[in-house]
Amino acid sequence: MSVEVWTWTIVILSFVLYLGIGYWARVRETAGFYVAGRGVPPVANGAATAADWMSGASYISMAGLISFLGFDGAVYLMGWTGGYVLLALLLAPYLRKFGRYTVPEFIGDRYYSNLARVVAVIAAIFVSFVYAVPQLRGVGIVLSRYLGVDVATGVWVAVLVTAFIAVLGGMKGITWTQVAQYAVLITAYLIMGIALSNLLTGNPIPQLAFTFSDFAVRLSELQVELGFKEYVAPFQNLSALNVFLITLTLMVGTAGLPHVIIRFYTVPKASDARWSAGWALVFIGLLYTTAPAVAVFSKYNLLSTLANKPVEEVRQIDWVQKWEKTGLLKLQDKNGDGILQMSGNAEVNEVTIDRDIIVLSTPEVAKLAPFVVGLVAAGGLAAALSTAAGLLIVIASAISHDLYTRMINPAASEATKLLIARVVIFLVVVLAAPFGINPPAFIAQLVAFAFGLAASTFFPAILLGIFDRRMNMQGAVAGMVAGLIFTATYIIGTKYLGWPNFIFGITAEGIGTIGMLLNFVVAYLVSRATPPPPAEIQHLVDDIRIPKGSAGAASEH
Amino acid sequence: MNRLEEYWKANTSLIRNLLIVWAVVAYVLGILLAPALNGIRLFGGPPLGFWIAQQGSIYVFVVLIFVYAARMKALDREYGVED
Repeated sequence: MSVEVWTWTIVILSFVLYLGIGYWARVRETAGFYVAGRGVPPVANGAATAADWMSGASYISMAGLISFLGFDGAVYLMGWTGGYVLLALLLAPYLRKFGRYTVPEFIGDRYYSNLARVVAVIAAIFVSFVYAVPQLRGVGIVLSRYLGVDVATGVWVAVLVTAFIAVLGGMKGITWTQVAQYAVLITAYLIMGIALSNLLTGNPIPQLAFTFSDFAVRLSELQVELGFKEYVAPFQNLSALNVFLITLTLMVGTAGLPHVIIRFYTVPKASDARWSAGWALVFIGLLYTTAPAVAVFSKYNLLSTLANKPVEEVRQIDWVQKWEKTGLLKLQDKNGDGILQMSGNAEVNEVTIDRDIIVLSTPEVAKLAPFVVGLVAAGGLAAALSTAAGLLIVIASAISHDLYTRMINPAASEATKLLIARVVIFLVVVLAAPFGINPPAFIAQLVAFAFGLAASTFFPAILLGIFDRRMNMQGAVAGMVAGLIFTATYIIGTKYLGWPNFIFGITAEGIGTIGMLLNFVVAYLVSRATPPPPAEIQHLVDDIRIPKGSAGAASEH
Repeated sequence: MNRLEEYWKANTSLIRNLLIVWAVVAYVLGILLAPALNGIRLFGGPPLGFWIAQQGSIYVFVVLIFVYAARMKALDREYGVED
């Protein structure tokens, strides 16, 4: 069978699997719809969290991004995994003990304020929407590259699959499809990583090959020889301050992203939330420790295959022809000597490589069986679809649960609540499609926004809500508003209005840390200048600090 | 100090200790000292600073969460607040 036929077959089979699970997991009550009836075992929740968390960008672009950034790519590796430590130690078990449905609900109830609730709803919708759009687009791109489908058609396919699963099963449907999607994406990624590692080092385990071979050093030397920056040396592409702050922003942002936090509402008990965060990081770590190995091996392979080779010889290579056609790989013999010069100097460089090629081309470069190419495509789709679904349910629950049920019509019947939730999620999914087809800005830039805003709004508000009994409504609202305005202004100004990075040269990606600090300071000062929270709120804080009683929380609703 | 306050204090000091390890590994060894640690190469592999930043730190993060979950389980039982 050809690569195309394999890809169609595997992609269609995986979609049938997801739709089947979505149908099997359909729900009839709101606890099922919003928190999967709190019946998800910690290990399964870990896998679902991993799929929810690892986006199309983690899967398709991250290894490429790291291979271009060298050492400094560590901001993504440490940033996107270190946040789980914060989540497990500081937030997950307490939010599970609190035991409701959404993040704005915690903020609204803890700060006894519909104003705080609305600020949180707006931030949740903004953060999730900004993050969801590139996922939908990711599905369109994967379908178009592998199967020749129009990007717009690909986005609509993503929308319909997501809508079906989410409308029928809500969080329960999404959870169990995410478990399946994790299996698909990690299998594909590991097969690719293992084959590449085995091909180049003879060691089939990418993590061990990365640790015990000198490939990273050889790549570093090859890069220097060609006039690129040293691969293993720190701070070549980002300043030390920016590496520090971007890593911290991504960690805190990860801990504050509502679609990640709500995954911990679905386990049976508060103590399960701790274990579940550990399992999530094990599952995420499988991909995140493979990615730097893939980055080194494929970059070395690309450079040594292309640099200083005759153009005609290079053009004979199968995958070179294929990727040249897509425009992601460009060969131009600028000086007409028939040899491809690769250099860090753009004037003389004759090979332009899109970062996404690193992962997407690996199966062909490593001469893997055609079905692996199909599997990698299906893995990319699984990564993007699972994240999109997790985000869209955050938006839908913020509107249907926090705005409608909690503020507009608390007396609504169970059936009405469920109907509203379903209609809202359908509308949200469909309305997101045009943005996926024509995204307002470059994918990775949008994702940076989401982290900066999650770090500067949710994380401090939730953390203080648990660890500072004295924190009151005034402090939390002022802190969130200050963090949100400061961070959004800096990102929009420096990214789109041409402002310089006016605070110590900090880039937009790292500014969330400063926004978070500002939030903490403002929240502290304002809360101490205003009256303490009411006694029942202080009791609520005492209550969420102990796990006892969390097992029965599902029945309270 | 009552039992619950004691429990909370034990919990927060465990969190503090684990977060110190988290910060030292990621920010001190993985970033601030990375240029110096890059002078060391273990087992003929990549430089140490680079390895910690791109690989080793993730292993440490996983261990930290499981240590926390296990220690808290014992603490929950000791104070009779398990769920």
